[in-house]
Amino acid sequence: MKKLLLLGDEAIAQGAIDAGISGIYAYPGTPSTEIMEYVFGSREAQEKNIRTGWATNEKTAMEAALGMSYVGKRTLVCMKHVGLNVAADAFINSAITGANGGLVVVAADDPSMHSSQNEQDSRFYGKFAMIPTLEPSNQQEAYDMIRYGFIISEKFEIPILVRITTRLAHSRAGVERKEADTQNNIQLPGNPKQFILLPANARRQYRHLLDIQTDFQEDADTSNFNQYFDGPDKSLGIIVCGIAYNYLMENFPDRNIPYPILKIGQYPISRPKMKRLYEECDEILVLEDGYPVVEELINSFFELGKKIKGRLEGTIRRDGELNPNIVGKALGLEIPETRPIPDLVTSRPPKLCKGCPHIYSYNALNEALAEYAKGRVFSDIGCYTLGALEPFEAINTCVDMGASITMAKGASDAGFKPSVAVIGDSTFTHSGMTGLLDVVNDKAPITVVILDNGTVAMTGGQTSSATGKIEKICEALGVEQEHIIVLNPLPKNHEENMLTFKREIEYKGVSVIIPRRECIVTAAKRLRIEKKNKEL
Amino acid sequence: MKKDIILAGVGGQGILSIAAIIGTAAIDAGLYLKQAEVHGMSQRGGDVHSNLRISDKEVASDLIPEGKADMIISVEPMESLRYLPMLAPGGWLITNTKPYVNIPNYPDLDEIIKEIKSVPNHIALDANEIAIDLRQKRAANMVILGASSPFLGLDYTQLEKAIINIFKTKGEEIIEANIKALKTGREFAENYIKN
Repeated sequence: MKKLLLLGDEAIAQGAIDAGISGIYAYPGTPSTEIMEYVFGSREAQEKNIRTGWATNEKTAMEAALGMSYVGKRTLVCMKHVGLNVAADAFINSAITGANGGLVVVAADDPSMHSSQNEQDSRFYGKFAMIPTLEPSNQQEAYDMIRYGFIISEKFEIPILVRITTRLAHSRAGVERKEADTQNNIQLPGNPKQFILLPANARRQYRHLLDIQTDFQEDADTSNFNQYFDGPDKSLGIIVCGIAYNYLMENFPDRNIPYPILKIGQYPISRPKMKRLYEECDEILVLEDGYPVVEELINSFFELGKKIKGRLEGTIRRDGELNPNIVGKALGLEIPETRPIPDLVTSRPPKLCKGCPHIYSYNALNEALAEYAKGRVFSDIGCYTLGALEPFEAINTCVDMGASITMAKGASDAGFKPSVAVIGDSTFTHSGMTGLLDVVNDKAPITVVILDNGTVAMTGGQTSSATGKIEKICEALGVEQEHIIVLNPLPKNHEENMLTFKREIEYKGVSVIIPRRECIVTAAKRLRIEKKNKEL
Repeated sequence: MKKDIILAGVGGQGILSIAAIIGTAAIDAGLYLKQAEVHGMSQRGGDVHSNLRISDKEVASDLIPEGKADMIISVEPMESLRYLPMLAPGGWLITNTKPYVNIPNYPDLDEIIKEIKSVPNHIALDANEIAIDLRQKRAANMVILGASSPFLGLDYTQLEKAIINIFKTKGEEIIEANIKALKTGREFAENYIKN
């Protein structure tokens, strides 16, 4: 079969389609978004009637996927690393229920925080849930691992975690497909109590999870994704996880590495292979993107054993993404001096697009707040977070999805008035609604600004669960109708909008202002499609 | 054969189209390829780059090591300089000279051009002006691709074929415009090398 040129994300999507999934669930988040988008755009997926569509958040996605697994179908659920925090309740408990139809969870980590607020390592979640975790080193492995993930998910009746990082997610290479599996038929679990986590059942299920840990271990021992390559020079042994393998190879152009290497792609780590490397080599170097998960595991607390070098020990810097040069330096190879960046080159940070509705919302809000001391705008995750930068400097916090409303409430509860929350439409339905209910129930006198551009803009314009529903949601949560105000953030409405902000900020109750205008990138895309359709 | 290429520009300037065309041509030529892109937050008017690696042997790293890039292809002059640490000694810098000014402290253009010209192997051209002359103002990226085409190690006709392939849904007119832009860029580079 001809190779397809695919992003790591797309290889995962194609792997899942070929593995016979009946559905895929996800909330958009860089660098995981393209998995769902690929399945959306796949004619094959349509013909196979694979369920697609964005969920309201990662937790609802995870739970829907678990439901599909419960009835015996294969399903994929995808999210960025911090999304797994949102889905964590369902995710951790899915290890206790186990799976019926194959269930694979993809978490896309973002070391170096290219588009994220932390660089947490999802391998910890795999360990936490005590389930097998796969970590591909390249696009072909990403495809193959998804196929394998579904096989072992059904073999062990357990969800499987696949951990990727930005670099693999957003890098293209040739991928060879293998023959596709057909979809499962609906078949309920053999044990009718498997998914009822009442304490009595949960204890039994947890005991079972503990018992099958040895099976996971044995599978990792024999897995093709964990390979031991012997080398003549035993002064150093190298443990290399996931994509770090490519950076190691890059430093040896003839691909001839003198040291023994343990390449890890499947966790829990194979004990016999690890033991062999440790016993045969004088020192160990651990190359892993993200946290020092493996290094910590093999490093004895009192450092009584052999020297283990890595991110924990300090040979490699603790934060940020690995690259060939960092790995080369860790190997003690000489890295040639390079030309510096000329001093005149200045940074070019991302910014709100020209004509973006958020610009005019922030202009009006800033002016309305000018009479108060600064530091009172709690914001959230999305394009509008760029309002923290010059020239707006309009927001003072950005922590996690939905935190704007609840943090504004906490500040207000402490007597800090007025407090303002700024949140996007999709972030509001993702995790802001529950916070607004707290605000209403406590009558916290905050002003919530829901910037409604009708799309999930930051990740490229996906469908927003909030579209057409925001006022009704706010009203149903108990916000007074006359304090739910929609305005159009256009420059010509500046004065009027500013006065609305001012009035509602002064109001001693809960108010919601919804500046509503379509994202200009989405609008341009829509107009192009409409024009094209008209021509046809 | 191995070409390690840094593509540089500002979000929205079309460097991913350049990458897609070189990538398609390379795959058609039976070469191995890896191409790392930037998605997400930086696309909003920030600096963007892509690592494109083509080779007749399997490519290991998705990222090019510092000091090993055979060429930097940039659709914006200041952005071309941002990746100089990536360029191998003797590597080519091919860049647009038309600045994309979306920051208040954009440096003096003459100083930027001076830095570009201090790289021994460079080709600098105003691709926007050429594109406007061709009445294809959106094809500046194809002019730059054309100017880099003599150094890519790929057959020129394969690049044309890739354009036809990639823009096939956009209609004859767009395809022809892009091919014309590609050709004009290439001619500029060929004349430059001759002189």
